[in-house]
This record gives sequence, structure tokens and C-alpha cells, in this order.
Amino acid sequence: MDHFTPLSALAGGILIGLASSILWLVNGRIAGISNIAGGIYPIRRGDELWRFVFLIALPVGAWLGYWVGPAVFAEVPRELPHITLTPLWLVGTGLLVGIGTRVGRGCTSGHGICGLARLSLRSLVAVVTFMVAAMIVVFITRHVV
Amino acid sequence: MAARSFSSPAALVSAAVAGVIFGIGLSVAQMTHPEKIWNFLDLAAIPSGGWDPSLAFVMGGGLIVAFFGLRLNRWLGWQQPVVGPSFIVTSRTKVDAPLVIGSAVFGIGWGLSGFCPGPAIADLGLVPQDVWLFVVAMFIGSWVAGQFIDAPARSVTPTPEATASAR
Repeated sequence: MDHFTPLSALAGGILIGLASSILWLVNGRIAGISNIAGGIYPIRRGDELWRFVFLIALPVGAWLGYWVGPAVFAEVPRELPHITLTPLWLVGTGLLVGIGTRVGRGCTSGHGICGLARLSLRSLVAVVTFMVAAMIVVFITRHVV
Repeated sequence: MAARSFSSPAALVSAAVAGVIFGIGLSVAQMTHPEKIWNFLDLAAIPSGGWDPSLAFVMGGGLIVAFFGLRLNRWLGWQQPVVGPSFIVTSRTKVDAPLVIGSAVFGIGWGLSGFCPGPAIADLGLVPQDVWLFVVAMFIGSWVAGQFIDAPARSVTPTPEATASAR
């Protein structure tokens, strides 16, 4: 388990929980990324700008975290994500994630953090479903195929 | 009455702050690395000691904070958020087929790519040349699916605080 990084994982999770709390308490909105992204179009006046701002701030934060993470935690390597997927694979899986989160009305943040924190039964079912589906897929791609 | 808006200058500043903190969290926890996601999802690696439980710690940390954060308004008896017009949360409570089917489809895409929506968009700040196709496809998939499931109503409708309190 040499790549297990409990401290930075816990700290990152706390930051995500903090961000979700801010968006809820200050703005009154749930920090579900798929819903924030999916609600951008069609444009509904007054309900679109904050979505753009949040979605642009997200990669800015990720870039900051790239520098902050290794500076604070020895367990975090200063490494850019290594993406090995082919263009066709990226498009196919992107479509699945886009369709799935829209039909299931949430993703790892909306259902996984906010929904579970609200003790929503729907979110619990969603989280168990996408976790099990993803685990089966990874078992197949890593150990069967 | 002063018109409050979800996109007032103050609300935009708050959304920016929340977005940046969210992005730092994802990045520090290395959820921006698909490999890290796969290493969590790979339960078959447990016997050999190669399993990486980090993602569970991320969710745990987020849940503990959000559990309190998402209740604080009720504990304090707030009628409104600090700057937004109202607390908006889905009024859906029933477990239905679209929830399960959609989540399963999402899980398959997540397992095949190592990307869920947050990290994919966050990675636009780190390796944009590698993830933009995924993000564009994700937006298109969401929009197309929305044409079928949302018309004419939308998934999230403004609800009074009473609905938010009722969960």
C-alpha cells in the first residue's frame, strides 16, 4: 500500500466538504458538479453566471493544489495526472458519464458528498450503484481482459 | 425588497471561493489522477496489499464537514442563505429506475475512465490537452440526456425554504 495517502486524502476531503458548505450556506446551492455543469444550458437568467464562475474556479483550484499539495504533504508527489486514454475512449466514457449523471441526477459530489451528508436515501442508492458498477468494470479491465 | 440573485456579485465571489477550495481539495487528495481512482476501485488488489483506500478518506472527510455545513442553516434558523435568494435542493425522495440506471451508466463510465465530473473539469487546469475531449463529451451527453428526461420541467426547481427543511 505504498501509494495510500491518508493525510492528504482526509485534508482534501475536508476542503471539499468546506467548499460544499460555503456554497450551501452562502449561496443556497448544492455543490454537485454534474448538476452545476448540466444546468449551464439552456441559459436561465440569473442561474447561469454562478455556475460558470464555479466551474472556472475548479481548475484554478486544482492548479493551486498541484503546488500546495506536495508543499504541505510529503506523501503527495508533484506530478501531473497521467492520462493514458485514447481520444475515442475519452469521448465514449465522457458520454457515459454525462448521460449517466444526468439521468441519475448526480455524481460523486452531489450524491456522494452532499446527498449522503443530507442522509438522502436516493443518494445512498446512487452511490452504492455507481460504486459497485465502477468496481465491477475495474475488476474486468484489470483482471479479466 | 432588495432583489437577491444566485448570480449577484457577492454570490459570484462566494461561488469562486467555493470552486477554488473544491479544486484544491480534489488536487491535494490526488483525485485528479485517474490511477488513484482505479487503485481504489480495484478491490481485487486487497489480498496483495495493493489496494489504495485514499478515496474513502476523501469521501469521509468531505462527509463529516458537509454533514454539519449542510445543517448549520437549520440549526441557526436561517430563512435565507447569506447572499443567495433561497436554499435550493431537490424535492425528489423516491428511489426510481432512472436513478439506478443513470447511476449504473455513470459508474461504468467512471470505472472505464477514472474520471467523474469534478476531477475531469479540475484537470482542465492541469492537463487540458488530455481531458478536454472527455469534458466536451460529458457536456454533450448531459445535454442530450436532459432533452429526454427534463422536458419540459427541469430537475431542480426553486423551492421555498420549507422544502429545503423537509429535505
